[in-house]
Amino acid sequence: MTTTTPQVPSVKQLRSPKGRLTFLRPAAGFAAAAVALFAVAPLALSDFRLGLLAKYLCTAMVAVGICLAWGRGGLLTLGQGVFFGLGGYAMAMHLKIADAGPGQVPDFMQLYGTATELPWWWRPFANPVFALAATVLLPMAVAAILGSFVFRRRVKGAYFAILSQALAAAFAIWLVGQQATTGGTNGLTDIQGFFGYDLDDPVNQRMVYFVIATVLLLLIALARQLIHSRYGELLVAVRDSEERVRFLGYNPANVKLVAYVVAAGMAGLAGALFVPAVGIISPALIGIVPSIELVIGAAVGGRASLVGAVLGAIAVAWARTALSEEFPAAWTYFQGLLFIVALAFLPGGLASLVGIVRRRRASRAPEGEAA
Amino acid sequence: MTVILGQMFTGVSIGAVLLLIALGLSLTFGQMNVINMAHGEFIMAGAYTTYVLQKSIAGAGLSLIVALPVAFLVSGALGALLEWLLIRRLYLRPLDTLLVTWGVSLMLQQLARDIFGAPNVQTRAPDVLTGNITVIGGDDPLTFASSRLFILGLAVAAVVALSLTLRLTPLGRRIRAVVQNRDLAEVSGISTGRVDLTAFFIGSGLAGIAGVALTLVGPIGPTMGTNVIIDAFLVIVVGGIGQLKGSVIVAFVLGVLQSVLEYSTTVSVAKVLVLVAIVAFLQWRPQGLYTVRTRSLV
Repeated sequence: MTTTTPQVPSVKQLRSPKGRLTFLRPAAGFAAAAVALFAVAPLALSDFRLGLLAKYLCTAMVAVGICLAWGRGGLLTLGQGVFFGLGGYAMAMHLKIADAGPGQVPDFMQLYGTATELPWWWRPFANPVFALAATVLLPMAVAAILGSFVFRRRVKGAYFAILSQALAAAFAIWLVGQQATTGGTNGLTDIQGFFGYDLDDPVNQRMVYFVIATVLLLLIALARQLIHSRYGELLVAVRDSEERVRFLGYNPANVKLVAYVVAAGMAGLAGALFVPAVGIISPALIGIVPSIELVIGAAVGGRASLVGAVLGAIAVAWARTALSEEFPAAWTYFQGLLFIVALAFLPGGLASLVGIVRRRRASRAPEGEAA
Repeated sequence: MTVILGQMFTGVSIGAVLLLIALGLSLTFGQMNVINMAHGEFIMAGAYTTYVLQKSIAGAGLSLIVALPVAFLVSGALGALLEWLLIRRLYLRPLDTLLVTWGVSLMLQQLARDIFGAPNVQTRAPDVLTGNITVIGGDDPLTFASSRLFILGLAVAAVVALSLTLRLTPLGRRIRAVVQNRDLAEVSGISTGRVDLTAFFIGSGLAGIAGVALTLVGPIGPTMGTNVIIDAFLVIVVGGIGQLKGSVIVAFVLGVLQSVLEYSTTVSVAKVLVLVAIVAFLQWRPQGLYTVRTRSLV
């Protein structure tokens, strides 16, 4: 049984038939996105709204990874929250240590425990270089370990999805259990500074937004390069027919592992940047429910399309804030309906509508297109 | 000694709850390969059915007995409706089924919140099931909670009933035929669509029975399903697809493992260790404990 969906573009369709000028299209799209993020949004939005947008952009970063792993590689990872959380906690631990000042322990440790010095596994995070590296490398390492165990033994499809979901559940439960050293249910809250900059200052908040927007664009560019490389085609091939790829002499486990690890790194980076933007990281942001919510954005926008996944993630995150504040009950129904409609009736997401419309138009006027 | 026996019993009773929850899944996921995330909400529906019945029927014992078949029908009907409306269209896309049914589960949870309110509610257990049964008396007594024993009995009865149904009845034969070779079953004159619907009805109905059992050991709330569903899915993944005995063994092993680890560490660490054990186990048996061997590559 395969998970192939007809709406997802095949390797052949990725190559545009017209050839010549098409390379300009992504460049133009990229420039438009840059203008929107760096010029229009900061001018048009209030500081508060810009802060919210920064938060949505972090979700979009995770969606870039999900697009790669799930849309292209067929790996339905329901545990991206774990990697988001690892990155977020790595960053928050450093910022908490920095906030507390030299020789002091973070405020919550004094509150819950009688700790007068940092636990051993907190200590390396006092070093900013280590902490920054850990935000990306730690999630990637966890993904590499889990992935190599799971993919090598050909655990796939639904089994993998359930395992990744169980990982999210276990991680959140573990964090809650270790209240004295992780802050428990509350998480790490009330983060004041970001590498010497005061986060209460709106100017610095803007700076954080610009950092996030830059990183998002870089990640999209990276993912685009990967998708359009030989590796990207191999990844789609593994998704569509793993056994054939194996018979051709490739090891599908390695192909999947790369996508999973890259997606984990992206989620980690998103978590790390989420912390200065929002000022908190907690188990409620990384358990089963938030992890699956990260997937829905990509699903609605179009899992196999980078633009679709990113815009879908931003739109769903925005809708959540806009609707859930005023109508929490209606939002839950809406979210449920979104899942059902997007996946049951439009598996390629909104992005596939573009293709459907284009194909209709092409079939209506075949002569005009050919000329 | 009694401490060890007591922990073993706790483990077995955790396993019994797990088994009751996973039993329906072993039919829908294990046999039909449908990942129904709303299964947890069918459990919730069973639990709320018990709650409603207890409000209208005076005796706690009578209402519990009435609740078992009624919850089976209520959850089964919900499951059949879900199969007919959505899952039927998605048999070739199991991963999408997972996300679609997650959407359904979100809506059902909100529905429960709107009808019964967000806070948890409680049912009253019948007097027979509130006490403890002393197994070993004396200075160091060993007691078993009678509600836990009831659940154990219920789980055993459900397993026996389901396996007899699958093995002996014409319906069971049809289900097994469809599971083993859908196309061949279809050309042999079996209406596979109707078999799918019936199997889904039974699997979801078993979730309702699990819901009745859960009212004896915990509160009833809109999110009670989400809390247990992942563990139940893990039981099927480790137990292997297509056979009941894998799920039965694994449910009890995981229950005992969880209870022993909780005793020697903490609840949260135990969860992580159980997951590590599962991943390690899948290294050894990637397809689960028992599998139906086929020549297919997938």
